[in-house]
Amino acid sequence: MQLLLESLFNGVAIGSVLLMAALGLAIVFGLMGVINLAHGELIMLGAYTTYVVQLIFKLPFLLPIYNVYVLVAIPCAFIVSGVVGILLERTVIRRLYGSPLETLLATWGVSLILQQFVRSVPLAYAAGFVLSLLLGFSLPVFLPKPLLEGAQSRFVRAGSWALSTFIGVLFAGGLASQISRIARATSRNVDVTAPKWMRGGLEWMDLTFPVPRLVIIVMTLIAVVGVIWFLNGSVWGIRIRAVTQNRAMSECLGIPTDAVDVLTFGIGSGLAGVAGVAVSLLGSVGPNVGTSYIVGCFMVVVLGGVGNLLGTVLASFAIGLLTDLIGAGRLLTIWPDMPAPLAGVVEFFATTSMAQVMVFALIVVFLQFRPAGLFPQKGRMVEA
Amino acid sequence: MFGSLQWRRCFWLSIWILLIAAVIAAPSVLPVFRLNLLGRFLSLAIVALGIDLIWGFTGLLSLGQGIFFALGGYAAAMYLQLRSSSDLPNGIPEFFSLYGVDRLPSFWEPFRSPVFTLIAIWLLPALLAAVLGALVFRNRIKGVYFSILTQAALLVFFNFFNGQQKLINGTNGLKTDVTVLFGELELGSSEMQRGFFWLTAIVVILVWIFLRWVVRGRFGNVLIAIRDDEPRLRFAGYNPTLFKTIVFAIAGGLAGIGGALYTVQSGIVSPQFMTVPFSIEMVIWVAVGGRGTLVGAILGSVSIMYAKSLVSEALPETWLFIQGGLFILVVTFLPEGVIGWFRGDGRHNLMSRLGLSRPIGTYPHLEVDGNEEVQP
Repeated sequence: MQLLLESLFNGVAIGSVLLMAALGLAIVFGLMGVINLAHGELIMLGAYTTYVVQLIFKLPFLLPIYNVYVLVAIPCAFIVSGVVGILLERTVIRRLYGSPLETLLATWGVSLILQQFVRSVPLAYAAGFVLSLLLGFSLPVFLPKPLLEGAQSRFVRAGSWALSTFIGVLFAGGLASQISRIARATSRNVDVTAPKWMRGGLEWMDLTFPVPRLVIIVMTLIAVVGVIWFLNGSVWGIRIRAVTQNRAMSECLGIPTDAVDVLTFGIGSGLAGVAGVAVSLLGSVGPNVGTSYIVGCFMVVVLGGVGNLLGTVLASFAIGLLTDLIGAGRLLTIWPDMPAPLAGVVEFFATTSMAQVMVFALIVVFLQFRPAGLFPQKGRMVEA
Repeated sequence: MFGSLQWRRCFWLSIWILLIAAVIAAPSVLPVFRLNLLGRFLSLAIVALGIDLIWGFTGLLSLGQGIFFALGGYAAAMYLQLRSSSDLPNGIPEFFSLYGVDRLPSFWEPFRSPVFTLIAIWLLPALLAAVLGALVFRNRIKGVYFSILTQAALLVFFNFFNGQQKLINGTNGLKTDVTVLFGELELGSSEMQRGFFWLTAIVVILVWIFLRWVVRGRFGNVLIAIRDDEPRLRFAGYNPTLFKTIVFAIAGGLAGIGGALYTVQSGIVSPQFMTVPFSIEMVIWVAVGGRGTLVGAILGSVSIMYAKSLVSEALPETWLFIQGGLFILVVTFLPEGVIGWFRGDGRHNLMSRLGLSRPIGTYPHLEVDGNEEVQP
């Protein structure tokens, strides 16, 4: 019983990080048909955001409320990754809708640039850059409509961008002068220290549950429920689904498809940022942290079936449980007097990386029976 | 003034003469270090030719060619390791003693034979590619799903090779540069490296001729049909799965040959050959050169790798920016690649910019039939 609980908890913990990371990808890939290989780097940006927010909360005037920095980091990471994602959508991906292989290559280029960006740009200036982008995108929304329509609209827009650039530079300068650790570029890994209430573990039935893992599970739960509500209950969610099903017809009915694209991609990217918060709580953060998650995320999406959130959820927990079962060699504990050759095989695969080998093999076998994943999309397409 | 066809012939002929002259002149002009680099890049061009065959002509974007590349390299390195360790105690490579292994793992045994190794270099990767391909294509998994699965397979093989110290020296890889071949020449010596350069150049040309023959015939037409409209081909009575499997196996075998040639010139094979970035990089060589043009694959891989080595020596931080920018630019603005652009209307555009071309009598798209935009 105890073994079962421990195994279950570890599996769910691995699965929920995977789910958190794959959720944004499932939205972007499932709804828009875009293969975003830069998704891992958006996760990395979220993790770095957590690091910066943590340092900001170490400033003297914020130190009393240091313990809640994780709660602030979550929306910050969502916004940072979301803004970068929107910029990516506006500049590159918009030209490539309908050709997934091309988006795959282009976003890989973006991911390389982002990796080098965090290596060679000081984090303080990167934060200022993102802030100016955010303000530049959002200021026009708050300005009164007439200002943006007349002959002066060009000047108003240019002015708002100039203002946001100015604020961004000020912010960057302030950060760099106050926090010396992010004033210089570094390619070294950084560490996010969890606040006091998140250290240690909860004891229950002779088992210890590490608190960061519990927090991540709760975060994942909230994110999944939120996304399901958003897609099924809110007006914009319904618009997103309408555009996914029939773009031309949605446009005829007056749905702003352009805005829907931006929103979908922004939310998918923002969720990657939130996943970044979770990732930063688990280990050190480096420029390559995203690449280690991206392949797993895609396996989740392929296994779950494209465009189906329930499939994504089930697939990530299945992969998490299997990885734990194989990687920790639990089969031997469950069945100690296993025949020797079989035991040898089980031991051979009982490391994290070898478990990945086994899980991939199992996925390929599974795809032999269900080529389109757990929940395939139904249709009468010749391609299906 | 030349007619269009003659102009084109002259243009390609001069390019070919220049290329062949460059290859012949290289060993006497370049220092050994650069020559060695060029030889390595030429062996990468073999891999790129394979990618061009499956991606440019058949439309299968594989992000896992590194698997086959590394397998070819490991096959060659295992033979060389065994050869150089024959006078050691036990007659097994030195690294085994680090992990307390005193008997050669059984799968090393056949690699004592040079003939077996020469066959295994291309046959093993080709067989693996055929099996993987058949499993995937049988279920009509294609497009991006194929790409994702090959990438995952790559990661899996990387994990496997990286983690198995006792079988193949894990993350350290196998060194080959101290092996003695042909009497007393060390593999790393400059005479041997010069020889390998010639060997690689000849293999590139042979592979090029072979692939040209493949894509020009009926078989090649089927490949292009798979790329452009697979369901239609299927309804016409062909079996795309078979063709795709064969083509993927050919590309795998070519990657293996490239990997073996690369290994003997770089002096080491390691799981680093199977990292995800390296395999995607291979794709961009073909994309820049021009997918669907065999020359483009060769030119793209050699020129990009050469630029990479030059830039990384001078400004190491900027290479990733340049490479990333290259991905984005090629995909958004130059989907045909450089050679494809020249073959298409790029030359016309350039000439008319310079005021050199005659005005066209009719709209260009009316001259070519079957060129309508196909809406998905």
